[in-house]
Amino acid sequence: MSTNKRRLIVDQVRLDGRKLDEIRPIKIESGVLPNANGSSYLEQGKNKILVGVFGPREMYPKHLADPHRAVLKCRYHMAPFSTDPRRSPAPSRRDTELSMVIRNALEPAIFLERYPRASIAVFAEILEADGSTRCACIVAASVALVDAGIPMRDLVVACAAGKVEGEIVLDLNDIEDKEGTADLPIAYMPKLGKVTLLQMDGVLSPEEFDKALQLALEGGKKIYELQREALKTKYAKQGEKGSIEPI
Amino acid sequence: MSRFEVVSRLKRNRISTVLAQGKREDGRGLSDYRAIKIRKNALDKAEGSAEVFLGDTRVLAGIKVDKGDPFPDTPNQAVLTVSAEFTPIASPNFEPGPPDEASVELARVVDRGIRSSEAIDLKKYCIIPGKTVYVIFVDLFILNHSGNLIDASALAAMAALQSTKLPKYTLESDKMIFLDAQEPLELRDLPITVSMGKIGNSLIVDPTADEEDVMDTRLTIAINKDGHICAMQKSGSAGLDLEEIKKAINMGREKATEIRKLLMES
Repeated sequence: MSTNKRRLIVDQVRLDGRKLDEIRPIKIESGVLPNANGSSYLEQGKNKILVGVFGPREMYPKHLADPHRAVLKCRYHMAPFSTDPRRSPAPSRRDTELSMVIRNALEPAIFLERYPRASIAVFAEILEADGSTRCACIVAASVALVDAGIPMRDLVVACAAGKVEGEIVLDLNDIEDKEGTADLPIAYMPKLGKVTLLQMDGVLSPEEFDKALQLALEGGKKIYELQREALKTKYAKQGEKGSIEPI
Repeated sequence: MSRFEVVSRLKRNRISTVLAQGKREDGRGLSDYRAIKIRKNALDKAEGSAEVFLGDTRVLAGIKVDKGDPFPDTPNQAVLTVSAEFTPIASPNFEPGPPDEASVELARVVDRGIRSSEAIDLKKYCIIPGKTVYVIFVDLFILNHSGNLIDASALAAMAALQSTKLPKYTLESDKMIFLDAQEPLELRDLPITVSMGKIGNSLIVDPTADEEDVMDTRLTIAINKDGHICAMQKSGSAGLDLEEIKKAINMGREKATEIRKLLMES
């Protein structure tokens, strides 16, 4: 973009030292909120996200209950201190849209039909935001859903790819998202081969789109392993101590 | 939709049966749009306007132009805002009230197509960096809902922007004063938005309201004048496989070329 800004990619290396096709370090923990039926905490670079799952429980208001399946409710919410400058805690239009696409991304993975008339609530609180938060929320939410014991067809992985300074790169951070020329967040069920979230802004040629999509799916595969690890770790701990350690 | 589940299932069976034969209820092929009518300059008091009919779907777009402060993070750019209103006259299912998630999504997807394609040179319409810029309001008024509101709205927005005349201005001691003269808004691109629905294994273009009620997923793709993708949005609770995405992109590019031609001739 403007010439007085530092370059984001020098010799195929990004500002934070990553290669073009490298995801940020990710840490996932499950079972971190004592009062939730399922929960997870995720760090991806500077992203810090807590997800709590409540339910299956009775649906309120009752007239909105679905006699055939559970209603999935999702809320994507950013803490006022999660961004610079501070953001208003009131839900923005962006929050409304992201809550919806996150719900759409998770729905196909859940056996909602097992819980007619019930509701399942997924609340994602962004404590610190550093790009690709919607993907990070989906990753954390599917771990929290499994943690809640809700039957799932597959874990949902999510990762963004995009175009920065002419290069197709994986897992954009905040500055790459803002200065880059395209952002393609993807959610995917690896076992079922289905894309459940697909959005794009910026400009990509059809060839670049293919490349970015493949890259995002590759990133998703790595995240899939980390999700499974997080779940295994929790249950291993539970086996040893008979209960979950308080955090 | 859940409360009308039984009707929906009957509807779905009916629509799927016809689709299996490669046809649609209204006689269209899977990749055909309904009749498109574009009427530019539908209003006098707005700086730009257009009404678009997509079959029975009807959207009126009005552009109002004002002066105002730039956003703090883009001090040298004009402000563009897109809002949508689902008026209660458009459908028995629309209730008056604050925008729900469907109208927020619609406005944001239309916005994304215009912004990503850089159709409007926002830097050019900055008057005093950090202080005063043109503010361009795109308001989408849904007047009748018969399906595919996004494509109709995006088309109405572009047609209205094409007809937009910006008030000329003069600066008096760093104050922007509008004059009684206009110049056309310059557009560098004409992004076209194409929405497709997936019903079973079929991919259909320009779904009707009935088709939308029963479809599994929608994929919306905006295409710029170079045939590149400049916005995408998947909506609805079913997944898409990679082949379907590829097919949708090809279909979207093909349809965008046709519609852009219509828009330029209107």
